[in-house]
Amino acid sequence: MTVLIYLVPIALGLGLIGLLTFLWSLRSGQYDDLEGAASRVLWDDDVAGS
Amino acid sequence: MAAAVDLSGFVVQRGDGASEIDFAVQGMTCAACMAQIERAVAAMPGAPTARVNYSTRRLKIAWRDALFRPDAVAGVLAPLGYRAQPFDFEAAESEDSAQAKYLVRCMAIAGFAAMNVMLLSVAIWAGAVSGIDPATRDLFHWISGLIALPAAAFAGQPFFRSAVGALRARRLNMDVPISIGLALALGMSVVETMRHAEHAYFDSALMLMFFLLAGRALDHGMRRKTRGVVNNLASLRALSARRLGPDGPMEIPVKALRKGDRILVQSGERLPADGIVVAGEGRIDDSVITGETARRAVAKGDVVYAGSMNLDGALQVEVGASGARTLLDEIERMLEAAATAKSRYLRLADRAARIYAPIVHLAALCTALGWLVAGASWHDSLVAAIAVLIITCPCALALAVPAVHVAASGELFKAGVLLRNGDALERLAEVDTVAFDKTGTLTTPEPRIANRGDAPADLAAVAARLALSSRHPLARSLAAEARGLAPFATVSEDAGGGLRTVIDGVEAKLGRLSYCGLEEDLRLSRDAPRESAIAFRFGDRHAIFYVRQTLRSDAPAAIDWLKRRRLGIEILSGDVEGSVREVAAILNVAEAKGGLKPAEKVERLAALQSQGHKTLMVGDGLNDAPSLAGAHASLSPSSAADIAQSAADAIFLGDRLAPVCVAVSIGRAARRRMTQNLALAAVYNAVAVPLAIAGIVTPLIAALAMSGSSLLVTLNALRPWRVETPGQEERSTEPAEAPDAPALAMARN
Repeated sequence: MTVLIYLVPIALGLGLIGLLTFLWSLRSGQYDDLEGAASRVLWDDDVAGS
Repeated sequence: MAAAVDLSGFVVQRGDGASEIDFAVQGMTCAACMAQIERAVAAMPGAPTARVNYSTRRLKIAWRDALFRPDAVAGVLAPLGYRAQPFDFEAAESEDSAQAKYLVRCMAIAGFAAMNVMLLSVAIWAGAVSGIDPATRDLFHWISGLIALPAAAFAGQPFFRSAVGALRARRLNMDVPISIGLALALGMSVVETMRHAEHAYFDSALMLMFFLLAGRALDHGMRRKTRGVVNNLASLRALSARRLGPDGPMEIPVKALRKGDRILVQSGERLPADGIVVAGEGRIDDSVITGETARRAVAKGDVVYAGSMNLDGALQVEVGASGARTLLDEIERMLEAAATAKSRYLRLADRAARIYAPIVHLAALCTALGWLVAGASWHDSLVAAIAVLIITCPCALALAVPAVHVAASGELFKAGVLLRNGDALERLAEVDTVAFDKTGTLTTPEPRIANRGDAPADLAAVAARLALSSRHPLARSLAAEARGLAPFATVSEDAGGGLRTVIDGVEAKLGRLSYCGLEEDLRLSRDAPRESAIAFRFGDRHAIFYVRQTLRSDAPAAIDWLKRRRLGIEILSGDVEGSVREVAAILNVAEAKGGLKPAEKVERLAALQSQGHKTLMVGDGLNDAPSLAGAHASLSPSSAADIAQSAADAIFLGDRLAPVCVAVSIGRAARRRMTQNLALAAVYNAVAVPLAIAGIVTPLIAALAMSGSSLLVTLNALRPWRVETPGQEERSTEPAEAPDAPALAMARN
């Protein structure tokens, strides 16, 4: 059962990374305009030669 | 004649030296519009960066270079087909958005903690069957506790604060039993862990918190979305005022007006602010304020109110001069009285909490005493009692109402009804009488030509084309008939008379009856007062047009629909008795009263209330504001005066009256579902509580029962809504109307 000493912190650490990433994305305003973001991906003015 | 515009009141200085301004944009219908707007603004001098928020229909521009002129933005976007008005973030809205982010953050933390604790709990539950080393179980309990306690301390704050607030005010709300349940579940789990016991309830507490926070965040998000649209509408309607400064008139946004400013109001313009006339004279139309369609002559020293239309003559007005607020003061006093009366309304959820909390706490007490009497130890009796409190912690009950709120206000949003008030849904459902204002509510906000067919088509076309050159409101109603015609090149205006031009050597005149020499052959009927007549003479031919308020196109159908639902209909209008009776006859409404003052409307509503009726008031004028605030529920069209809109529970968009029916119909459906959900929650408790009292509830059963009941009420709220409208007797919400109804309606306005 000593393996738990590694596995539990790893599991918690992975979860924590996910949580922090979500909090960062919330803070940086990525959920402010969900409809707009869905359409922006369709703009092709950043594709060379279009 | 673009006067200089001063937008400095809307510009926000950012910390890093850049400036920012927000605009509400009308006319955005697709994703391509975003790109077009952003590119057009980015190409302006001064290299600004523009970012469109498509969800809120707003544009944010940031710049550093003084070359950029924010007042030029509207001019750049207008040729592309967009209307942009500077947008002022109200303190309330930014507070709202901070609160929404806070709730989502709490939800994320509760979710993270619940998932990880559940991971450990599943291991413990599996271990209970296959045999787990007690030391490992204790370790897992301790880790769970280490995750759960800090998470609950942070994410539980919305509940704890609200519960403390309610207790301080000596009230009970749903957050009180929630907080007690959470605290007991966590506390007992810590104690049990220290005693190396088999069961701990960390997972249940966190999962409960996660579900509740998710419901709350969604509820909040929906309300914020609605409020955003309402604020956009207000910005787009906002007028600019012409302030008379030392260097001539200057166009400024109304919000930048200060008390004592002198403004110039040309004929055909609406007054941007309350004040006293200091120079000039003319006639004004106060129908928005008093509901009366008769004109009022004003001269120096007279008090005028924001929203009235200046019909002729240029007025100079001193803004907010003392004594100007007598009418508004009275209306505000009445509004306050109405608001305090209404705050006594007890929401369904709070009513449920009031019954629920004492029963549950009593049951827990009885459980503890019962076990003690039966000879159990103090510890076991307490554990059983706390288990009762945990399992009855009102997760489903607390979600029952908010889940329906979210679904119903989303449904209303699609139909073009913007709900401003959370508990308005419940009140809408209880309504049994509907009182309508006439002007601007049953009728369209802008008057139209009533006798279009009377004049020969070619003559009417010339008249309409000539009317394009005038700003007079009557002429503008006529000009609305000139579809696709360009105004005449040379038109001269005779002040106080009308317009004149020469077409192929023949003189054409448009204006007052006397101006066109038609006074003597006038055969005006009584219901067509001379104020609403506009005359046209073209050589020796002539025509008279009557401008009249016309009914909203679906008003008869909507009234009929409401009547068939056994709702009493009344018309309460400030307009003269005659025109009210005429409308009542067309709509087949028996109870119609005209010439009512604001206080008399409130009295009528109070009389209805004392007869046991619950009234829905639909109105748009300043004079309706007190009755809107005092009625059991209230609706206001989006063209209504600001003060009326803020007094109403909901605002509806568009030119039709159907949203009133939709609002009633969804309100009733929502109430039905809330009751169903509360019943579901009650059934859940009826099953779970005996198990808890018997002491056979393990954490696994608690987790399953609590999440199951929460999912059940949420799914019940989200199942498709059947919305009845006057057109189709029964339909599911139409997807065709769904995607962008408010924006479309905004474009129509």
